[in-house]
Amino acid sequence: MYLIKQISIFVENKPGRLKAMTNILKENNIDIRALSIADTKDFGILRLIVNDPDKTCEVLKNAECTVTITEVLAVGLEDKPGGLSVVMDTLFENSISVEYMYAFFSKLEGQASVILRVNDNKMAADVLKNANIKLLTSEEIYNM
Amino acid sequence: MEEVVRLHASSGTTGKQIVVGYTEKDLDTWAECCARALTAAGATKHDFMHVSYGYGLFTGGFGLHGGAEKIGMTIIPVSTGNTQRQINIIKDFGSTYICCTPSYALYLAETMQEMGISKDEIKLKAGLFGAEPWTEEMRQEIESKLGLKALDIYGLTEIIGPGVAFECSEQGGMHINEDHFIVETIDPDTGEVLPEGSQGEIVFTCITKEAFPVIRYRTRDIGILKREKCSCGRTLVKMMKPMGRSDDMLIIRGVNVFPSQVESVLLQLGNTAPYYQLIVDRVNNTDTLEIQVEISPDMFSDTVKSLEDHEKAIKSAVESTLGISAHIRLVEPKSIPRTEGKAVRVVDKRKKG
Repeated sequence: MYLIKQISIFVENKPGRLKAMTNILKENNIDIRALSIADTKDFGILRLIVNDPDKTCEVLKNAECTVTITEVLAVGLEDKPGGLSVVMDTLFENSISVEYMYAFFSKLEGQASVILRVNDNKMAADVLKNANIKLLTSEEIYNM
Repeated sequence: MEEVVRLHASSGTTGKQIVVGYTEKDLDTWAECCARALTAAGATKHDFMHVSYGYGLFTGGFGLHGGAEKIGMTIIPVSTGNTQRQINIIKDFGSTYICCTPSYALYLAETMQEMGISKDEIKLKAGLFGAEPWTEEMRQEIESKLGLKALDIYGLTEIIGPGVAFECSEQGGMHINEDHFIVETIDPDTGEVLPEGSQGEIVFTCITKEAFPVIRYRTRDIGILKREKCSCGRTLVKMMKPMGRSDDMLIIRGVNVFPSQVESVLLQLGNTAPYYQLIVDRVNNTDTLEIQVEISPDMFSDTVKSLEDHEKAIKSAVESTLGISAHIRLVEPKSIPRTEGKAVRVVDKRKKG
């Protein structure tokens, strides 16, 4: 499966909130694969790719956090200049818009990974595959 | 003073507590007033009455207790606190009536949901809610979550306590116990008595009280009186739900703002939890209004854009209702303090200076 479950958490802009959330992850032995935070004046959205998204969602909900799961795509790229530009070209040519994205180093030698949140997962996956761009499966990401 | 058998004190909404005394006859009058409220709600001696108003100097607990006793209901005097235990008692004892503040009723409903108890597992038929202003939308919310009929009960410690006026099953205004209290509406600025049916400050005169009778006592509650025969058969004049207390009223940049207006807007928008707080401050000699609203799971998504859209929707609805601009701040669930008595809806930082 090429759809990856991303955890998004509502974080109020006040001291100690990120600490509280990362403590919950630590206590539940959850491993973070990638993260990004979107910040505004009053709040942020912490987005996480983890080894066990369902459990993460459950423990955060139990701790009264506002959490949602969104399906995103992960592409594996050659870690060299121009790697990401091919992906963007393909998406642009097919009129797929990117809401946000973030990259992380893969444990595989010479490979970088990018999490993509697009407006149409299925179409994006098809066109990327046709352009010979590697999509990482959920198993690959969770067990990375 | 030897005739005085009990003392109570006002909850001090305006900052200062007022101590009042009751003679034995006053206590009987008070119980009669509350018994009428319960009877209008359909209560009989076969019913179980769960009292989660505080017992103490506050008049809520003892007032409704006295009324329920007069009817011969089985009273469960739980008082405030330990919400989970309260829910277990409601469920296990099969309470059919409840009284508390409307904000606590919502808190009970929320806790019940968390405990995994559905409204079908409890037997509550009706609740008498008062001691703070609440809206029609809040009534609907309480009714649907607890599966009961939510009725308003009104009173002031200075007059007698709860039971000065009460809603019947018609839910269209509160009947005033006119044989004990004369009611008038006045212009709050001039003190001039207004004709019945016009909006003004509600003023009471006690005609049967012995220890602490007051004459033309100004309640600071803004409301309207309506005299017509009610479909319930009562002919006692009705006061329409107070528009808010004049001391609840905030003046922000010269505009009168009642917290209940914000509440109506939030509940109408639907997907927000009815937990909010108004933070008023003064920055560079200009009043600022921030409204903190707890985010609900329904409105959260992974994009900033969609949350900002929610903020904008709240902002424009609030601004068009209040007529002044406000900063909307979404906050985490349960971050606004829950109270077992009166909800703290306003933090006015201007008063410091």
